Amino acid sequence: MAELREIQIPDAGARATEAVQALPDQVGVRTEEVADLPSEKMVLNMGPSHPATHGVLRIVLELDGEIITKATPDIGYLHRGDEKIAENMTYTQFIPYTDRLDYLAPLSNNVAYVLAVEKLMGIDKQLPPRCQFIRVICCELARVSSHLLGLGSYAMDVGAMTVFLHTFTEREKIYNLCESLTGARFTTSYTRIGGLARDLPPGWAEQCRKFCHEVVVNIDETETLLSRNRIFVDRTQGVGVISRQDAIDYGLSGPNLRGSGIEHDLRKTQPYLIYNQLKFEVPVGSAGDCYDRYLVRIEEMRQSVRIIHQCLDQLPGGPVNVPDGKIVLPPKDRVLTRMEELIHHFINVTQGVNAPPGEIYFGHENPKGELGFYINSKGGGTPYRLKIRSPSFVNLSILPQLLPGHMVSDVVAVLGSFDFVMGECDR
Amino acid sequence: MSGAPNPAPTNPPPPQIETAAGQPSTVTALGLAQKLKARFEGLISEPTEFRAEITLRLSDIQRIAEICSYAKTELGFDYLVDITSLDNYGEDPRFTLVYHLYGYGHLKYLRLKGNVSEEAAEVPTLTGVWRTADWHEREIYDMMGIRFKGHPDLRRIIMWEGYPYFPLRKDFPLSGRPSEMPEVAFTQPAPLAGGPFVTIAGGKDTVSREPRVRIPDTDAVEMNARLERRRDIKGAHGEARGPGPIQPKKERG
Amino acid sequence: MQTHTEIGYNSKVEGDVVVTRLEAAINWFRKNSLWPMPMGLACCAIELMATGASRFDISRFGAEVMRFSPRQSDVMIVAGTVTYKMALAVKRIYEQMAEPKWVIAMGACASTGGMYRSYAVLQGVDRILPVDIYVAGCPPRPEALLDALIKLQNKVAKEPVLSTLKKVA
Repeated sequence: MAELREIQIPDAGARATEAVQALPDQVGVRTEEVADLPSEKMVLNMGPSHPATHGVLRIVLELDGEIITKATPDIGYLHRGDEKIAENMTYTQFIPYTDRLDYLAPLSNNVAYVLAVEKLMGIDKQLPPRCQFIRVICCELARVSSHLLGLGSYAMDVGAMTVFLHTFTEREKIYNLCESLTGARFTTSYTRIGGLARDLPPGWAEQCRKFCHEVVVNIDETETLLSRNRIFVDRTQGVGVISRQDAIDYGLSGPNLRGSGIEHDLRKTQPYLIYNQLKFEVPVGSAGDCYDRYLVRIEEMRQSVRIIHQCLDQLPGGPVNVPDGKIVLPPKDRVLTRMEELIHHFINVTQGVNAPPGEIYFGHENPKGELGFYINSKGGGTPYRLKIRSPSFVNLSILPQLLPGHMVSDVVAVLGSFDFVMGECDR
Repeated sequence: MSGAPNPAPTNPPPPQIETAAGQPSTVTALGLAQKLKARFEGLISEPTEFRAEITLRLSDIQRIAEICSYAKTELGFDYLVDITSLDNYGEDPRFTLVYHLYGYGHLKYLRLKGNVSEEAAEVPTLTGVWRTADWHEREIYDMMGIRFKGHPDLRRIIMWEGYPYFPLRKDFPLSGRPSEMPEVAFTQPAPLAGGPFVTIAGGKDTVSREPRVRIPDTDAVEMNARLERRRDIKGAHGEARGPGPIQPKKERG
Repeated sequence: MQTHTEIGYNSKVEGDVVVTRLEAAINWFRKNSLWPMPMGLACCAIELMATGASRFDISRFGAEVMRFSPRQSDVMIVAGTVTYKMALAVKRIYEQMAEPKWVIAMGACASTGGMYRSYAVLQGVDRILPVDIYVAGCPPRPEALLDALIKLQNKVAKEPVLSTLKKVA
C-alpha cells in the first residue's frame, strides 16, 4: 500500500552548517554564525505561459536553492467544457471536438471515439475490413506524427534545437497525406460512426508508402543526433525515474507505463480493429527514466511504420461504410431520388444515430496513453453522459510525487518525456 | 540499427500479481465479479452484462473503499482506470459514481456503480487504495460537487478555487452563469445563449431540444409550435412569414 | 490622398542614398522586424510552430525570433482557445509588452470563441485585448497566418508614428 512520505532534504542552512563543521579550525568560521544564516524556500511559478510547458500548464515549485521540495501542478487553463458540450450534441456532431482533444494526433482520437460509439451500438464487429485497415493506418500515422512532435519539442526544450526542425519536416509530409485524405492538415474529423467520411483518394497508398520509407531515414537521423549525445544522455538518464509500482498505482499508460517496464499495450491485450492480425512488437523500457521513455517512443515509431507497411500490403477492396442507412448517411444520389434513403438521411442528421440505452467504456491505445470514452446513453441520438478518460490528465498526477528531489532544470526534461497535451488533460 | 544503445527491449517478467484463479487463462470477468459478490454478500448486486462488459451495483457506497481494497489485493485489479460521476437530475438518489477497474495480470475490466444522494453527497476516498484516485476525485468534486471523506487535498482542479458552481450538473446551463473573482477570473454567459440556435441541455432527444422548437431567451420549449404559429400568421395577412424563426419580443403575449 | 508614411525612393539620386520621411523609415523598421510573442494555448499553437518551422518559415518576413518574453516582443499572436481561467494571465502578459504592440487573434477560438460556446471559454480574446488582425480557420493554415502577418505589416506601414510620439512626449 502506497503511503505519503516526507522528503527529507536538508535546506541550505543545514548543509552550510555541515560543510563548515567539516572545515579545519584555522579557517576561522564559527559554526554558530553559519547556523544563523537565513535560508527560506523560494516559491517559483512556472507557467501557464512558458515555452517549455507544452501548453498551458502551471506548476508551483517550492525550491530550496536549485532543488525542488514541493511541486503542485495547476491545470484547467484549457478547460473548454467538452463533456458538457457532448450532452448537447449528437454523436456525429461531437466528432470535431474529439479532434481537438489530443491535437497532436487527431486521427487517433477520431478513431477512438467512433469505436466507442460503435461499441455502444453493437456494430463494431460489422465494420467492413477496408474500413478497419484504413482506420489502423490512420491511427499509426497519428502515432508517428505525435511522437515526432513530442520528441522534437522535447529535444528543443532540452537544448537540441535542430531536431525540432527535422521532425517537423516529416510532420509536414504527414500533413500532406492527411490533407489529401481528409481535406484538413490536422483536426481531420475523418471517421464517422459506422465507417469513414470518404474512401482513400487514388494514389494515396503509394504516397503513404513513399513517406514510410522516408520517415525511417529521418528517425535514424534523429537517433544519431540524440541517443548517444552526451548532453542529452546526461540530462535524461537517471532523471524522473518512475518505479513499476508507482506507474501502476498512479494509473500511467502508454509509453510512460512501458518505459517503467510494464509490458502492456491495449493493441495487444484488448485488441480492436484488426490489430490481432498484424505483427508488431511493443517496446518496453527497464529503468523508468526519461531516457527510457524517449527510446520507447523512437522504437514505437519504427513499429508503427512496420504496421503501416503491413496494412498497405493487405489493404482489401470493398466498401468503407456499414451498409445500414440508419447509421451511415446513404449516398447522395439515392437520397435525392428515393424516399426511404431521404428519410434515413433526414433522421440521421437531425436526430442522430439511435443508440440503445446502456453504458460502455472503450479504451484505445493513443500515442499519449489510454484514451477512454465512457458513454452512458438513455437511448436516442445524444449521450446522457460522455466521460473522456484522458491519458494526459492521469499522467500528470504523478508530478507532485516525482519532481521533489530534482533540480529546476530537470523539470523541463521530465515534462518533455511525459509528452502530455493540455487540450486532452483539461478537455 | 546503427549502434544505438537499446535498454533491453526483451520482455521483463510480468508484474507479480496473484490472480484469484492462479492462472490467467481461466479467469473471466464474470468469475471475478462473482467472487467479489460472494465476499460482500448483500452489498453487491448480480453482475449484469452489456456489450461484453460486467457491471456490479453497490447498495451502499460508503463501503466502497473496503470493496476496492479487496478487489485490488485479492482479485488482482491493480489499475483504477477511471472514476466517473453521473447526475440523474430529477431522480433520487441524484448522483451515481462509476468506477472502472482493470488488472494487468488477468487483463479484465470490471465496472462498479453506486448511488449518492444529494443531501449526503459524501463518499469515502479511494486514494488509500490507488493513488490515481486522487485527481479523479478532485475532478468529480470540481464538476459535480460530490465530496470525498479522507481525501488528502480536496480542492478544485479544473475550475479555479472559488468558482461558485458545479458545471456538470444538469441544472447548470451550458452557456454558464456570471461570476466574478477580481484578480483571479471572471465568467459571463456565452452570448446567443438565450437565442434560438442553441440547444438546451438535458432534453431527452434532439427533437425536444431542436432550436426551431425553442422559445428564445428561455429554456422553454414549444411543443405545439408549428400549429400555434400557423394560427398566428393566418391573421397577419400580407406578411410572408414562414413558421420558422422568432417573433420579435414585443409581439409576444 | 497622399500617403506620406510610405518609403519613397528617387532612383535618379546617385549612390546608396534613400531620401524619405522619418515616419516612413520608422514604420519600415518596425514592420520588417515584428517579433512575435506566441501565446500558444491550444491546437493553433501547433500550426504556429509549423509556421515557424522550415517549410513555411516565418522568419523570412522578419518575425525571426519567437520571444517568449513579453518585454522583448512586438506582436502577440493569441493562438488557441482563451478560457476564463487563462484570460487574466493573457491580459497581464499583454500589459507587460512594451509599446508599440499589436495583437493577432489566430483561429476561430481566439477570434470569437470558436465552436466552444460553453461556460468556460472566453468568447473572443477581443473582449480583453484590442485585436488588430483576426485570422479565420480552425486551425488556420500557416499561409493564412503569414497572410495575416503581411496584412499587419501593411497596417504598421500606414501608422502615423510621429504624431503619437509627440503626444507621449
